[in-house]
Amino acid sequence: MISRRLRSTVEPIGFVLPCVLMLGIFVYYPLVQNVIYSFFRFSAFSPEKIFIGLENYRMLLKDGVVLTALRNNVRYAIVSVIVQVCWGLVLAAVLEDKALRRVSPFFRTTFFLPVVISISVICLLFGFIYSPIDGILNNFLTLVGLGSWARPWLGSGKTAIWATIAVSQWQSVGYVMMLFIVAIQKIPEELYEAAEIDGAGKLRRFFVITLPQVKEMFFVTSVITVTGSFLVFNEPYILTKGGGPGTSSMTLAVHMYQSGFFKDMMGYASTIAVVIFLISAALSVVQLKAFKSGED
Amino acid sequence: MTNASLFRYKRNSIGPAQILILIVLCVGFVMVAYPLFWVVMSSLKTTEDITLNIWALPTDPQWQNYANAWNRGISGYFVNSLIVTLSTIAGVLALSSLCAYGLARYKAPWLKYVLIAIMGGMMLNPQVCLVPLYGLLTALKIRNTYLALIIPYVAFRLPLNTLLIRTFFLSVPKEIEESATLDGCTSVQTFSKIFLPMSRPILLTSAILTAYYAWNEFLFAIIFIDSNKYRTIPAGLMSFRDALQIDWGPLLSGMAISALPLMVFFILVQKYFIRGMMAGSVKG
Repeated sequence: MISRRLRSTVEPIGFVLPCVLMLGIFVYYPLVQNVIYSFFRFSAFSPEKIFIGLENYRMLLKDGVVLTALRNNVRYAIVSVIVQVCWGLVLAAVLEDKALRRVSPFFRTTFFLPVVISISVICLLFGFIYSPIDGILNNFLTLVGLGSWARPWLGSGKTAIWATIAVSQWQSVGYVMMLFIVAIQKIPEELYEAAEIDGAGKLRRFFVITLPQVKEMFFVTSVITVTGSFLVFNEPYILTKGGGPGTSSMTLAVHMYQSGFFKDMMGYASTIAVVIFLISAALSVVQLKAFKSGED
Repeated sequence: MTNASLFRYKRNSIGPAQILILIVLCVGFVMVAYPLFWVVMSSLKTTEDITLNIWALPTDPQWQNYANAWNRGISGYFVNSLIVTLSTIAGVLALSSLCAYGLARYKAPWLKYVLIAIMGGMMLNPQVCLVPLYGLLTALKIRNTYLALIIPYVAFRLPLNTLLIRTFFLSVPKEIEESATLDGCTSVQTFSKIFLPMSRPILLTSAILTAYYAWNEFLFAIIFIDSNKYRTIPAGLMSFRDALQIDWGPLLSGMAISALPLMVFFILVQKYFIRGMMAGSVKG
């Protein structure tokens, strides 16, 4: 008996310890350290850290680039919810429609392709597409007689952020679409059959059955895309060489990277990381709350 | 879907609405497929051809662009990506299945807190830990080695995969474990001889999700590795671009080499991949 009780207390430690240590050392410890770092001024190349209290936070409030970055992250979030979530749902519903069942696997796979391509390949590709003189986009516009619309998409402060946002939509709409397709496939056939007998048209069936049945998935994908929008780094880093021209396509993550690893203000970078953490934590709480309420 | 349920419907007639939908889908198809086709097509052209005859098919396919790209760096990045991805998969599968077994099969009260810590870990993103991790890896003297990527990748993928595998382990009937104990199996044997072989599908899903992450990860890859020798494909392509300047043929070939194998792989294992995406999205 004793050995058995001993086994059930000691053994689980052996099983979970490696994982807990890994998480503790490389995820949670850096998280705590990051908050502490935000009260210091230091360089990546010297071990010396100077305590400056709330100085970094004061700097943050006066930093106009933070505002630009936040505004761009919000733009990212709004466009992503409209294009990825709403358009993704419409695509999924259309592709799951019986009338298209013979062609839909083909479209489904094509729309999903960009999801499995590395983001750096996609950004390089869009570099070619947006290129002012020999880019595909401007040449296409000229070809169809819209030459006056051609512009240096990434080179102008007015369009750079939107061109960057467009790349993310191009890549990710297929991802959200696929999640919705799986969700729609789980809806019981009987619901649609009953509605059809009642004479409901396709549009009506979408609003009365599909939409309420995928409500949860709609919410989940919205939170995922919004959270992703506040973390976006790769696209502006690669496409606009770190948020250019000027700071017009800056995002919080790029600003953090540049403050820390470019301007060597590691403490200030940590402060921006705290802001990112607070935003994403708040979004996670929203998600958890909504799930709890959904379970009742 | 069964054939019976497919045929229960009378065939929908093709009306103007359907035609409009098809046109929209075809426009979408061109928007996605043409740029991809363009990369492959242009990768076989000379740089002059790429800039001057944007729409033209290659008249004289420049296959040497591929050899050029491969020899001028892509091969190294490719091998690095393979090493980092495979090691990350091994680490994630080992640690998360062990932890999942502990969480699913023991009742100690403190395990509850471990579970909470793991769930909380799902909400933490790499951006937030970037600066301290950089310092930590430097202090451990592993920055600029494969470990600088493998260790953080494993750590950040543990929460999702542990929860994924734990859910599966919880569904294994208690009797199987009890009869194994009666047969004299130790818990380690029960885990390795019974649970692991049973959970092959979920482990495959985990491996594919982890591969997707490790192959494409960019932020850590550019910050924790300075030396060209250890760069993975996503970061390597950037230095490849800078080194080639305007020699676009090899750059486009390099892009195709980097993207194609994984595209084929993910399309082949689509079922597992999408299952993992679902699990990942629903849980956070």
